[in-house]
Amino acid sequence: MKYIPTIGIECHVQLSTKTKLFSEIDNDARGKEPNSCVSPVDYALPGMLPRLNGEAIKLAIRAGRAMNCKINNYSRFDRKHYFYPDSPKGYQITQFYHPIIGEGYVDLPSGNRVRIEHAHLEGDAGKLTHFDTYSLVDLNRVDTPLIEIVSQPDIHSATDAHDYCKELWRLMTFAGVSYGDLYNGNMRFDVNVSIAPEGELGTRTETKNLNSFRSVERAVEYEIKRQTKVLEAGEKVIQETRGWNDATGETTGQRSKEEAKDYRYMPEPDLPPVNLTDEFIAEEIAKLPLMPADYRAKLDGRLPNDTLEILLDYPNLIAKLAEVDDFATKKVANWFTSVLLAEENTSLLNDDLPSKNQLEELVTMNDKNELSSTAAKEVFLKFFDPEMHFKDTKTIAKELGVIQENDLGALEAIVDTVLAKPETKKAQEDYKNGEQKVIGFLVGQVMKESHGKANPSAVQEILKKKLA
Amino acid sequence: MKTANKTITATRLVQDALTKADFFKSYNIFTSIYADEALEKAAAIDAKIEKGEPVGRLAGVPFVAKDNYLVKGTKTTASSHILEPFVAPVTSTVVEQLEAEGAILIGKVNMDSFAHGSSTENSYFGPTLNAYDNTRVAGGSSGGSAVAVALDIVEFATGSDTGGSIRQPASFNGVYGLKPTYGATSRYGVVSMASSLDTDGFFTKTPEDMDLLMSICAKRDEKDLTTLPDFYDETPAKKVKKVGIIKDFDNDSVDSEIRAHLKEECEKLKEKGFEIVELDMPTLKHALAVYYIICPAEIASNLSRYDGIRYGLRSGKAHSLDEIYGDTRNEGFMKENKRRIMIGNFVLSSGFYDAYFLKAAKARTLIINEYKKAFEKCDVILTPVAPNPAFKLGEKVNDPIAMYLEDVMSVPINLAGIPGLAIPAGKTETGLPIGLQILGPRRSDKTLIEFAKELA
Repeated sequence: MKYIPTIGIECHVQLSTKTKLFSEIDNDARGKEPNSCVSPVDYALPGMLPRLNGEAIKLAIRAGRAMNCKINNYSRFDRKHYFYPDSPKGYQITQFYHPIIGEGYVDLPSGNRVRIEHAHLEGDAGKLTHFDTYSLVDLNRVDTPLIEIVSQPDIHSATDAHDYCKELWRLMTFAGVSYGDLYNGNMRFDVNVSIAPEGELGTRTETKNLNSFRSVERAVEYEIKRQTKVLEAGEKVIQETRGWNDATGETTGQRSKEEAKDYRYMPEPDLPPVNLTDEFIAEEIAKLPLMPADYRAKLDGRLPNDTLEILLDYPNLIAKLAEVDDFATKKVANWFTSVLLAEENTSLLNDDLPSKNQLEELVTMNDKNELSSTAAKEVFLKFFDPEMHFKDTKTIAKELGVIQENDLGALEAIVDTVLAKPETKKAQEDYKNGEQKVIGFLVGQVMKESHGKANPSAVQEILKKKLA
Repeated sequence: MKTANKTITATRLVQDALTKADFFKSYNIFTSIYADEALEKAAAIDAKIEKGEPVGRLAGVPFVAKDNYLVKGTKTTASSHILEPFVAPVTSTVVEQLEAEGAILIGKVNMDSFAHGSSTENSYFGPTLNAYDNTRVAGGSSGGSAVAVALDIVEFATGSDTGGSIRQPASFNGVYGLKPTYGATSRYGVVSMASSLDTDGFFTKTPEDMDLLMSICAKRDEKDLTTLPDFYDETPAKKVKKVGIIKDFDNDSVDSEIRAHLKEECEKLKEKGFEIVELDMPTLKHALAVYYIICPAEIASNLSRYDGIRYGLRSGKAHSLDEIYGDTRNEGFMKENKRRIMIGNFVLSSGFYDAYFLKAAKARTLIINEYKKAFEKCDVILTPVAPNPAFKLGEKVNDPIAMYLEDVMSVPINLAGIPGLAIPAGKTETGLPIGLQILGPRRSDKTLIEFAKELA
């Protein structure tokens, strides 16, 4: 029987606010001692009350807009109760009843659309490390602002699941609301997968805490296969939470006790509702830079699709590319992908990019044959040299001594000098006798005489004429 | 109140307070006393006075704080076992405001554990005795605060009122007790009971003192987002002309002597030219039921943080995570705490949320509206605080419903978020204090205090 997979994804995005969601403590705990970024509020001392970080509200507005979502004028916080040492208050402050971000959608590069059900603001939990007989608690991550993005079950393949997560990542990094560092858990995915014959609804499983696009894709593939086997064996899929093992590439069922969880949601009485005016929302939305969809529209037809999609993973590169004039787009894109994104150069990605003028001049010089392709790459790399960064393209090319000699008169003179040299006589004879390949030797001699500045194809033309 | 000056020094005021605290030891008022620290602070103030430097409006005035107020470096037990070892690393906003004006904290005082109760008998450290009859309860939950002021140990005390916890003990001990408008004072650093009902207020011996304390503490606090923008000093008191009386409360469930005092008070007011307005407030009879759904729900939630992981008690018996939670909370909480946690978790559980919590929240809105309507007809309302004067120790301890009924006339005020001022209004034939409360619309705190002067 043919089964159709149905997939919905919940994505947690850590917002890059300076301070935490409910206190004035540093939100960036990278490289810091455990439990060093914890305020009395985060630590849940008696009598401590949450304060709301306005920056998180602003970033949520931007994130929502990036997903074409309605921003709700009225939102409110709720308490979600559970006992675990990663939750000092004994509850998580989230938005269960009135989320800040309403319905919207995300279009995938494939053209498929995934609708967003809603997205809400909440505080992250702490981190536990387990040992044989004890566990250690690190509360640095407690109440880092998160938005949880809940999709409709509009995804029907592992590839689309992968692409959806990647597109979300792009939207969040483009919108500047998250560092988007997957390795450090800035974005985490829970995937709900069910399969059923067309027109029917299956039983779903939820695989939690996936932290890469690849693991999302693999987990979905695995679940589709596993559930197909279960159904084909005439058994039933159990609704459960499953964990993902990246090493084995398998999902495994977790304690079914989880299913009985009752979070006893309650309105958060310590925080007043959030009332946003249309003006405030509009002001925040206006701060959004160009988004992937804008770039696709803008650069459509000027670049191969796969080049464009690669560059959309690098917000600063695509932004720079959109800056340069049309005539330069293709070549600059090519330098970005083939030179800058080459493995040996990735360290340059964090440096300042060359200016629009530098890049455009580089393209012009290359177009005019003043720079060979090799020389152009060399100059391009020098743009990242702190000594050269501020110089214009021509100056850099001159200093490197790589400008090609294109003046035919001057080239002819050099060619004549070379042909007059006794050591080239033999080659000249051979060429005239039909040994065409010796022309390479003669071109080489001319290049040497010109200290590499001659344009080799022009030299070849002149040689051919002279020896004809 | 007496503030320190060159002749009556802060040191003298603090020493007197400490002497009286020791003298009334048998009343079990204090959970801790900070004699050395208090005398040090007094000496510092005296030095300032000596040099002619400016001192605050409460210079050298000794006070006590209910033991749910956090004060840096001191124990804050909330009269519970689970917080018995807890030393606060920060100070509550209200104590900070008072100390900034030169008031001197001499100790923390007893209460019902986590403020759950109406008699201070639910304290892990045993009950506090009534100031007028030591066989009777102090009232609660701020029993220690009321008795400390009634016995004149200190000039004033802080308390917290979630369903009557300031007004009822004030009336049982013949002192003034104000539950301010919700959000008038900051809740930051006061152990939360039920966040949407909790209000921090004071016990004093005069309305004038209450006015001074409110002028100091009724301020917007960035650390408590539920505080209101400053209004107390900006809004003049309204001249009261019409006094409302709620018909429903004049019935047999209220002690006859209290009813008689209320009627007598009304006669006096009429003679003084006030108009008495009879109010029909039928929704109020649901207030107690609404309160005992919303309040336990918020309690269950707010007490979740006491889990034995980070601070406070951790059971020595526990070997697993589940046991740390179970045993710690079982040993650390009192019976009444557990009862409210159970009720709270029940009404919040997914199958029952709509039937209980949500319905109660809607009924709460009706109660708020009923008060709004009432205050269109009158300026203030005068009612009893409790159905009876101070009862005998142990009398209601095993009857939780009877204990909850103690709150029947005090909880609607918390649900509505309006202010209520308990005032002394004479004594029973056997010499027990009787209290009445003055209620007003939100932000009318100053009007209530001014009107209390009229009745004094």
